[in-house]
This record gives sequence, structure tokens and C-alpha cells, in this order.
Amino acid sequence: MEISSATADSPPPPAGGPATAARTKSATRPGDRIFLAFSRGSGILLLVIMAAIAVFLTVRATSALSKNEGNFFTTFEWTANGTPPVFGIAVLAFGTVVSSVIAMLIAVPVAIGIALFISHYAPRRLATPLSYVIDLLAAVPSIVYGLWGALFLVPHLGGLYSWLDDYLGWTGIFAYHDGAARSLFTIGILLAIMILPIVTSVSREVFLQTPKMNEEAALALGATRWEVIRMAVLPFGRSGVISASMLGLGRALGETMAVATVLSPSFEIGKSLLDPGGGTFAQNIASSFKESGEIGKDALIASGLVLFVLTLLVNGAARLIIARRKEYTA
Amino acid sequence: MKLQRKNRLRAVAFGAIAVSGALVLTACGSDDNSGGGSTGGGSTKAAGNIKCEGKGQLLASGSSAQKNAMDLWVKNFMAACKDIQINYKPTGSGAGIQEFLQGKTAFAGSDSALKPEEVTKSKEVVKGGQGINLPLVGGPIAVGYKVPGVKDLVLDADTLAKIFDNKIDKWNDPAIAKLNKDAKLPDLKIQAFHRSDESGTTDNFTKYLKAAADKSWPYEPAKAWKPKGGQSADGSAGVSSQVKQTDGAISYFELSYATANKIDTVKLNTGASAPVEATSDNASKAIAEAKITGTGKDLALKLNYATKAEGAYPITLVTYEVVGDKGNKAETLPATKSFLTYIASEDGQSVLKDLGYAPLPAEIATKVREAVASLA
Repeated sequence: MEISSATADSPPPPAGGPATAARTKSATRPGDRIFLAFSRGSGILLLVIMAAIAVFLTVRATSALSKNEGNFFTTFEWTANGTPPVFGIAVLAFGTVVSSVIAMLIAVPVAIGIALFISHYAPRRLATPLSYVIDLLAAVPSIVYGLWGALFLVPHLGGLYSWLDDYLGWTGIFAYHDGAARSLFTIGILLAIMILPIVTSVSREVFLQTPKMNEEAALALGATRWEVIRMAVLPFGRSGVISASMLGLGRALGETMAVATVLSPSFEIGKSLLDPGGGTFAQNIASSFKESGEIGKDALIASGLVLFVLTLLVNGAARLIIARRKEYTA
Repeated sequence: MKLQRKNRLRAVAFGAIAVSGALVLTACGSDDNSGGGSTGGGSTKAAGNIKCEGKGQLLASGSSAQKNAMDLWVKNFMAACKDIQINYKPTGSGAGIQEFLQGKTAFAGSDSALKPEEVTKSKEVVKGGQGINLPLVGGPIAVGYKVPGVKDLVLDADTLAKIFDNKIDKWNDPAIAKLNKDAKLPDLKIQAFHRSDESGTTDNFTKYLKAAADKSWPYEPAKAWKPKGGQSADGSAGVSSQVKQTDGAISYFELSYATANKIDTVKLNTGASAPVEATSDNASKAIAEAKITGTGKDLALKLNYATKAEGAYPITLVTYEVVGDKGNKAETLPATKSFLTYIASEDGQSVLKDLGYAPLPAEIATKVREAVASLA
């Protein structure tokens, strides 16, 4: 994820250029064939690696699942090292999905705003440093976010939570019962900051690709800048923004250290999002692995398999959405 | 969605530099297990009585609860015996026993004695013998708290059980007030922290609650925390730092973490004439009350958590070194024996106190020394 977010570091190179020129020449020269074989080989290697991971996870997972005394999908407990082993992923799946969704709800609108500001409002002198700063956020290691979250964010969220409790406490999910803010909602806020750079930089990249003619045509018709954005930029960039969000979601689903440092993990689902407790797949693997026995490790691998499948589904869904939108915008 | 190729390439290059940079940095940063400064200020005794036999590398792994003791012992021992390299990895008790049973290590550190099936398995590794437990490090598990204006808090097992089971959730609860007649208890919510990872500390703490407050603690003792509710954090370092920064917090961890973070600890009303404080000496007194349940050379201990002996602090953790009584590998046996002889010796035990651990009481220490001397 970090790799692709660095994409935005460089200014867009001139359209066309030498790459397209070279491609039009004869396709049978040795260099082309070597390159074809190389890239095909890399592609196949990738599939083999993915398959190997899936096989490894499945094999190890089945051995633990066959010994599990609880229901793997509904049990609210994780005592995989006990006799008998009892473990279930209900809490982990809930925590992973909920914290990621909160992160998306916060991050995506903000990221689109920043991307639009950089691509269409800010003067060039401000836009470049600003995009660098945003990209720098991606370079901060997650453990640093974790420490910042635990030492700064958590002690300072009490005020916000009390405010949420005052106005939205009646909903139940925003009820706040004092105590440290080491909850799924805090994780959501932290994850939102962490996925901001990837969503922003890909969105900005896409917004910059809007055909100038469309924008100019809209301006010629007397549209304001906001109307240009609404009618030309946003529809054009929609599929890009969706794929950017999915990249961000992928990162949020798998985030480990920051969550493990900030959350107060427990195997229960609180009624309120602001109550400490819950857990995510990756956090649980990181914090349970070192004291795990053989079955315990396999059980964690089984939970890892679920995360693997979940991430595949998210990415697959993103592909589907983009494929559909592409026809619409083309 | 047409991202420029050049951009991609440049991004990959950026990424590659970032990743390799990170790897180089982490390679430098971690794994400083060669002794170093992490021994918590324990004194290095002159190594006059250390006998060096054997040479080469000695691998061991296991309990992280005895990490600080091991670090100091290894440092002292290696200062005296230049030919022996000892490498103890604090991977956790479970992993330590597994590695021992796979024959990868000379001995394992463990917070709990070997289970019967593990003893059976150990017979395949140590030919002609079996794995035995040698208690070598004891230590009080302190109950640390942070309540503004309250010093010298006294609690008993029953109240502790109710606090950690979230049945008592205010500091001015009558049950607490009854035990602390002179204290000004605030109207503050109790934030009870437990370990989120599986831990021998949790195991011992819940064993104590079960033994001393059966009615108020309906859960079976285990390494994983059973009750719902409360807050949690990872490792002793995690829970102790939460207690340090949260008003109204209470949690359990090894005494050294309380000393290091200047956290007030609870005095226990055990039924003895005066409330007992968590100190190394008081823990040693509780270990002296323990029964040896192992047979032969095996010295597995059963602590009497419900003890009412004067000055005995019952929430005490004993961690073992697990070795084979016979059939240890010929190449590591001499080094193992001389190291274990050192740590079981008076010199070895007396350095423990500075680290917040409890030296073994004389009677048990003698038995451990006999067992170590007879290892083959």
C-alpha cells in the first residue's frame, strides 16, 4: 500500500511521450519477447504465491478447526490454548469491519476534499508542498501512529466523546461511560488518518486526469468552479476514487500495530462504539501469537484465513464496481 | 484511471528504498539481548564462585516473566566464563516448552510446571530420563492502583475478585471503605485493567482469586482472562503504563514494574494480623509455605494461595527452569549444569532482590541445588 501511495510524489509526465512511440514499432524484436516472457513469468509467480499462501492457511487452519469446541463463526471467546480449545471470530470480524467502516466514513470525504483542493483550488506553490505533506503521512510507520494514538489521541478524545454522548447518546451506539477512550471508534479515527494519504493521492491523481476540454467546455457554458467539479471532475474521477477508497479499506482491514497499541482488546461486542473493547483480526494475531501453543497458532492462522478472504472480497468488489463505472464514463 | 508508467516505476523505487531502509534500521535496532542496560539496575556481583565447565553455545528460551533475572544471571555468568555463550530468548512459556520438547534448547523457562502429556513427550527428547521443573525465580505480583489522595490501600481477596469482575465499580464502595477506615475514598469509577495477551501472571493471579475468594470468583483460573468487561492492555508493561496514566485504575503485574513506574501497590488483608505488602521478602515467605508436588527430582510447587501466615504475600509467581533429569545432550550438559548451579547458588539468588524478584527460601533452594548437581 505504501508503495502505490508514493505514486503521487512526482508530477504527471507529459501525455504521449517516448513510451507510446516505442510501442508502435515491430513487436517481434528479442527485447520485446524477453520482456513479454519476464512479465508473464512475474504474473504467474504472483498467482503461485497467492495460491501457496491460501493453501498454507487452509491446511494449518483445518487442523485447528477440527479441534475447536466452539462455533468458529459465532463464539465470543478466544481460548485456543485451553483444554478444550474454544475460539470464534465473531468479535474479531465485527471489530475489523466496524473500525474500517468508521475509518472510511471519516477519511473518504476528507480525502476527496483535500484532493480537490490540491488539484483544482490551491495555487501551484501551495499544492505541491501540501501533497508532499499528505504523502509523508503514508511514510510514518504504523507503530508511531500507535504510540501517538495511545499517548496523545486517547487522553484527548474524552471531550469529543462526552459531546457525542450529550447529543447522540440516545442512539445507544454513542453512549459514553467515562474511562479511557480505547474503543473501536478511536481505532476508526486513527485508521482514518492512516489511510488518508493513499486515498488522497490516488484521488488527486485521477482528478488531474479530467480532460481539460470537458472542464473548459463547462466553463464556456458559464459554469462556476464548483459546477465544473460537480459536472466534469467528480463523474470522471468516480471510479478512481472508489478504487482509492478500496485501497485504503484494504489497509485499514489489515492494520496491526497501531490497533494493538491503542485498543483495549476483549472478546465481547459492546453496545456502544465508545466503550473500550472489541478486537480486530490482525491485532489479535499480533497480541496472541507469542504465548500460543500449537493449536493456538493454528487457530490464529484460521482467523488470518478469514481476513485473507475478507480482503480478497473487498478488492474483488472494488474491481467489479470499477469495471461497471468504466463503461459508464467511457 | 490511466496512471503514468513512469510514475509507477518511480513509486516502486521509492517504495523499495523505503522498505530496504526500514529493514536496515530495524536490523540495527532490535535484538539487543546481549545483556546491555536492560537489567533494571541490578548489581553485578563478583563472580568468584562460578565454576565454568564446558564450552560453546547454550540455547534456552521461555518465560518472559524471568527475563530480567535471566539477563542479569547471563551477564554475570558470561563475565566469569568466557568460553560459554548463553542465549536466553524470552519467547513466552508456551513457546519455550515447545522448543525444549523439540530438542532445540538446553532448558526452558516456564511459568507453569510441565503438564503430564508434556512430561510424556519429554521422554523422547531426553533419552532415559524426563523433563523436570526446577523452581528458580519467584516474585510477587503486585496489585497497583492510581487513586488520587489514597495511600496504603488495603484490600482483601473478596474485594479484589469483585473489583476485577466489575461487581464493585466505585472507589467509595462500602466494601472498600470498610477495609480502609482512615482513607478518603473519592467518588471515582474503578478502571480495572487486565492482560489482553495470555500470561502466566494472569494464570497466577486468577489462581489466587479462585483459591482465596471462591464465592466471588466464579471463573476457572487460566492464562487467558475470562470475565467480560473491564479494560485490557498488552503485557505487564502495557497494563502498568495504563495504571500510571489513568485515574481510578487498578491492575496486576510483577513488582518490578510497580517500582520502576512508582505505582502504589495494594496491601493484602490475608487474615494475618497485619495487611501484607508486596515485597520480595514477603513473597519468599509465601513460597516457603508451598508444597512440592513433583516426585523424584521434579520440584514442581503448589503454592498455598489462601495462606494466612504472618507476612506471607500470597499472590506470588514461581517460574521454573525445565531440564531433563537424565539424558541431556552431552555437548551442552556441562555448561547447563554450571549455569544452573550458579543461579541456584546463594550468589545467584541474592542478586534477585534488587530486581524485584524473590529469592528461594532456604529449604527449597537446597533441594534445587541437589537436583542440579545430579543432572546427567
